[in-house]
Amino acid sequence: MAHAPDHSTERPAILAKVNPVELPRPKLILNDRSFHWITDKVCGIVEEPTPLWWKVLFTVALFVASFTGAGLLYLVSTGTGTWGLRSPVGWGWAIVNFVFWVGIGHAGTLISAILCLLRQKWRTSINRAAEAMTIFAVMCAGIFPLFHVGRVWFAWWLFPLPNQNGIWPQFRSPLEWDVFAVSTYFTVSTLFWYMGMVPDFGTIRDRATTWWRKAFYSVLAMGWRGGNRQWSNMEMAYLLLAGLSTPLVLSVHTIVSFDFAVSNVPGWHTTIFPPYFVAGAIFSGFAMVLTLMLPLRAIYRLHDVINQYHIDNMCKIILATGTMVGYAYGTEFFIAAYSGNSYEKFAFINRAFGQYAWAYWIMVSCNVITPQLFWFKKIRENHSLVWIICLFVNVGMWFERFVITVTSLANDYLPSSWGYYSPTIVDIFTFFGTFGFFSVLFLLFVRFFPLLPMAELKMVSPHSDIHNH
Amino acid sequence: MNERNERIHGVACTFRKPADVYHAAEKVRDAGWKYWDVHSAYPIHGLDKAMGMPRSKVPRLTLLGGVTGFITGCLLTWYMNSYDYPLVVGGKPFWSPIFPFPVMYECTILFAAFGTFFGQFILNRLPQHHHPLFDLPQFARTSDDSFMIVLEARDSKFHLDESRNFLLSLGGQEITVIRD
Repeated sequence: MAHAPDHSTERPAILAKVNPVELPRPKLILNDRSFHWITDKVCGIVEEPTPLWWKVLFTVALFVASFTGAGLLYLVSTGTGTWGLRSPVGWGWAIVNFVFWVGIGHAGTLISAILCLLRQKWRTSINRAAEAMTIFAVMCAGIFPLFHVGRVWFAWWLFPLPNQNGIWPQFRSPLEWDVFAVSTYFTVSTLFWYMGMVPDFGTIRDRATTWWRKAFYSVLAMGWRGGNRQWSNMEMAYLLLAGLSTPLVLSVHTIVSFDFAVSNVPGWHTTIFPPYFVAGAIFSGFAMVLTLMLPLRAIYRLHDVINQYHIDNMCKIILATGTMVGYAYGTEFFIAAYSGNSYEKFAFINRAFGQYAWAYWIMVSCNVITPQLFWFKKIRENHSLVWIICLFVNVGMWFERFVITVTSLANDYLPSSWGYYSPTIVDIFTFFGTFGFFSVLFLLFVRFFPLLPMAELKMVSPHSDIHNH
Repeated sequence: MNERNERIHGVACTFRKPADVYHAAEKVRDAGWKYWDVHSAYPIHGLDKAMGMPRSKVPRLTLLGGVTGFITGCLLTWYMNSYDYPLVVGGKPFWSPIFPFPVMYECTILFAAFGTFFGQFILNRLPQHHHPLFDLPQFARTSDDSFMIVLEARDSKFHLDESRNFLLSLGGQEITVIRD
């Protein structure tokens, strides 16, 4: 919603001299759609009777989500021994899944905050759904550290709350920093998401025909009236929240990487981790945005507002961040070789050729090789293929976290303490179910909340140009 | 009671195009109005200037939140790890601004976001579920594709007939009196 300061209409003299070529700006909204079309399209999703596909998917998602419920119930009633964790691997799937889900969330904040500051107008079509994805992904992520503490009923000891022992959290631990980072991230993302939706809730409220719908959206819209005196504060607040979310999102994955980097384990104790983790997070998050938006675009026929230009841009970001991730894999090897530290050298040779080589090469082929296909326009235009490549990226990024976590722990300093880690059925159930949990929340969002930001789409529409008489 | 029912909130006038409402707003501003507003479904680019509005005050509340957050982060970590229950970790000082910096950093952002979020709602006087405008049938369309200028009765320049004529001269389409 934030806009640039007014530029004067006169062209600088230098432009007359140089006479640059005017590049046509790609259209963000095709077929010259009107404001009313946008309102109808977005509100129509909420107002139509619940479609059959939604009911079917929702039932399936609930069923899948019950696997997490079952996994956690069994874990809590039996004990953490039911997970595959044992010496020397004390961090297994739980931390892998945590980093995986938090990373997915990061693309939402990148789209809503960083692209807002960079004035990338194409973000408007996808930012609402991407922000919803962020919030639900962080909720899925939160499950794992919460239950990893063992006695989950003491998890509140992580927060700076007085307890009967009179002991406070220890702020020298990166795990404690994580508590602050992730809970701040969740809170700020939710505020940002909700604030952007207030005017759109107002639109749905104003069109509501049934009593309950009017009441529901009236409460959510808080009495929004769309006066320019309100818009002025709203736009400023939106810009500020974008400005606050940008350092926040970078700090969150930096601190997540500190969980590893602050320790002395070979393969973890590296300064490259913060940027490497942030690039990986954006990479996997954009893949997830495309995984979700391509089917929604087809179902709701959103081709005019999410067009090839949007898909091209997202593919190119995946390509760029995927290449950065590949470069980071290379740098890790170089630094290990250059360090002269035999444990560090071994950690990396072991990753690529040791007992977890299969996981390493799945990671490399999914994360480094498949995104390179996005160099080709033909592939970016084939949406089924884009969707499949994005699935590969999601799988690859899960394996990246697996490789980092498990290979370093399984084979560290003393060969006598080496081991091999495999998950149990409880681990698998818990992780599998989070996809259902995520889908339940996302389907509810699609059904009841404005899927696209109407106000922002109207802002980037050519009809909003006040000089267009 | 009867007199209360007859109280007038202001006059409203609808426009179909953003350019029209933009130029009309410039004229209302030049006429020296103080209590008036332009309602639209999206923020119209440059309208703040056309309405002669000052810069939003939200950033002040953001700053206030951010400073509060930073101080909270400092005090929290100092009180807990150094004052109330001094923790010996590796023989290091009980408190320094370095090791808990991530906590202070996140607290700064969290409180600044609270300042921004609640500041925006406070400055916009929201939530406010009852407003005379909501009784106006034309108002509902301003959140879709219509635009509306509202001149409020509390402005010293307000005079029912004159203000109506003024709005007519601006090229608006439907002119309605809003009753309280």
